Amino acid sequence: MLSYIIFTLTICGVYALLALSLNLIWGGVGLVNLGLAGFFAVGAYASAVATGAGAPVLIGWGAALAVGAVVGLIVTFATLRLRDDYLAIVTLGFAEVIRLIALNERWLTKGSDGISGIRAPLKAELGLQGFTLFYLVLVSAVVLLVWLLLRRLDASPYGRAMKAIREDQQLAAFAGKQVLRFKWQAFALSAAIAALAGALYAHFQSYISPDHFQPLITIYIFLAVTAGGVGRPSGAVLGAYAVVIFLEATRFATELVPGLQPVQLAALREILVGLALILVLHLRPQGLLPERIPKAPPSPSASS
Amino acid sequence: MTILLQALINGVMAGTLIAVPAIGFTAIFAVLRYPNFAIASYATIGAFAAWWANAILGIAVIPALVIAFVIAGLVGTAAEEVALSRLRSAGALIVAIASIALNLVLENVVRFVFGNDMKGYDLPLMRDWRFGELRIGPQQLQSLGLAVAIMAAMFAFLFYTRFGKAMRAVADNPDLARLKGIDPARIAIVTVFLGAGLSGVGGVLIGLDTSIDPLTGYRVLLAVFAAAVLGGLGSIPGAVVGALALGIAEELALIVVPATYRTAVGFAAILIMLTFRPRGILGERAT
Repeated sequence: MLSYIIFTLTICGVYALLALSLNLIWGGVGLVNLGLAGFFAVGAYASAVATGAGAPVLIGWGAALAVGAVVGLIVTFATLRLRDDYLAIVTLGFAEVIRLIALNERWLTKGSDGISGIRAPLKAELGLQGFTLFYLVLVSAVVLLVWLLLRRLDASPYGRAMKAIREDQQLAAFAGKQVLRFKWQAFALSAAIAALAGALYAHFQSYISPDHFQPLITIYIFLAVTAGGVGRPSGAVLGAYAVVIFLEATRFATELVPGLQPVQLAALREILVGLALILVLHLRPQGLLPERIPKAPPSPSASS
Repeated sequence: MTILLQALINGVMAGTLIAVPAIGFTAIFAVLRYPNFAIASYATIGAFAAWWANAILGIAVIPALVIAFVIAGLVGTAAEEVALSRLRSAGALIVAIASIALNLVLENVVRFVFGNDMKGYDLPLMRDWRFGELRIGPQQLQSLGLAVAIMAAMFAFLFYTRFGKAMRAVADNPDLARLKGIDPARIAIVTVFLGAGLSGVGGVLIGLDTSIDPLTGYRVLLAVFAAAVLGGLGSIPGAVVGALALGIAEELALIVVPATYRTAVGFAAILIMLTFRPRGILGERAT
């Protein structure tokens, strides 16, 4: 039971990083990334391949960050100048292509067999129990660090410029903000965070295969961010923990329904996830922790 | 030479089938201004409705297509009204995200009822026709004919009926259309019915050639997007041209890249088109 809780909390942390990544661009500059699972996979494979070739784990994570950012720039190169719906279509396609590459480029990814034996840092020294606990602390610390950074970013002039772009990019451009540069930087940083989440996940599981990066993960993260509150890093983190707990709860709840095949149970769980997202969008679109909009400073004319 | 010609024939056939759901997708986009990801599940629902009519009840293919159109259209209209229409004021991206969630729900309802197993239509087996070195399947040719007939009917509807003209007017300029007394809510409902219905028919046409399962629609979703973007999002003739271009591009690319990368060709086509001519072959402005 304890190891189940530790495992679930670690997955919560990984999802929280993905939610922070999505919140950065969605809540920040108002773009959506439907290829989140793709960036998650890119990071996992980058670190698994790098450490498999003999690099230390930290270098693998660095590689995941770098590859994630570069891939993010490539994907958005053609689309950021266009209307936002184009980016939605392109990122969805990107995640599919990443899955195809992971399935077919066996020399790099071992295809559908997946990469096993990914190095788990300090596992030999700590033993299995110690390792899972250590890893939970590590992932939680990374979540805390990224959360602090993004909160700081939100409060900074840079963050305010991002939100100005989200609200009205023409006005932001008129005010002298370089809209495209902000979007590119935000997307690259967001992609890098998603890739880091993938790297952390890969070294926790020690095994990854294309099946681990289903498009369904992207929907889970959208649910997390909308439920938590778009535009607020605390909301994203809270939403991620809530979603993982919700997913685990549906696992237990659907098992209580008698007389169903396993495939029907799985279908029922996914129906619940989809319904939850639709309901949140209708009933509480601002999320559990709504974004705090700072008050504008009083204008000179009003004070006099 | 034969290889090229065969690729061209296969490309035109595959492209014509993709054109049907692509028209559905792009019509919804033209009138309601959001990319509807749920068309994947409408295609699946159409495919299963026709399969149920054909393989279980023994109805012939053409009436089964009508059943698929009506059922997918009704499901699509109901789903739009219940799950999406009230989100329109929150912006296109929110509706798009809700349509992904809707797609997940509907796809899994199909999975819940029918399971994950592949299902095939009840069709007479026919030998491929050979013209020298070229091969053409009679079944594919029949699907091709059906797809062309459906598209012709759609174009006749759009260009010669009052309702079709009103639809195009709303797509062109919603405010002006309202000034002329066209009710946008009614147009929206009819558009969604047609778009979802066409997606359903597309799901059948694609399934006739192989088999169907709950992911039938999702697998063609990217091709549908690619066709619509290539032709220009929101342009119905564009969706047809884009689908044909995509079909031919896929078949030509498969001469040099492994067949498993078929989906990736559509993605590459989208990226190239958006880089050099974002509004597509026949589209409007994209920025």
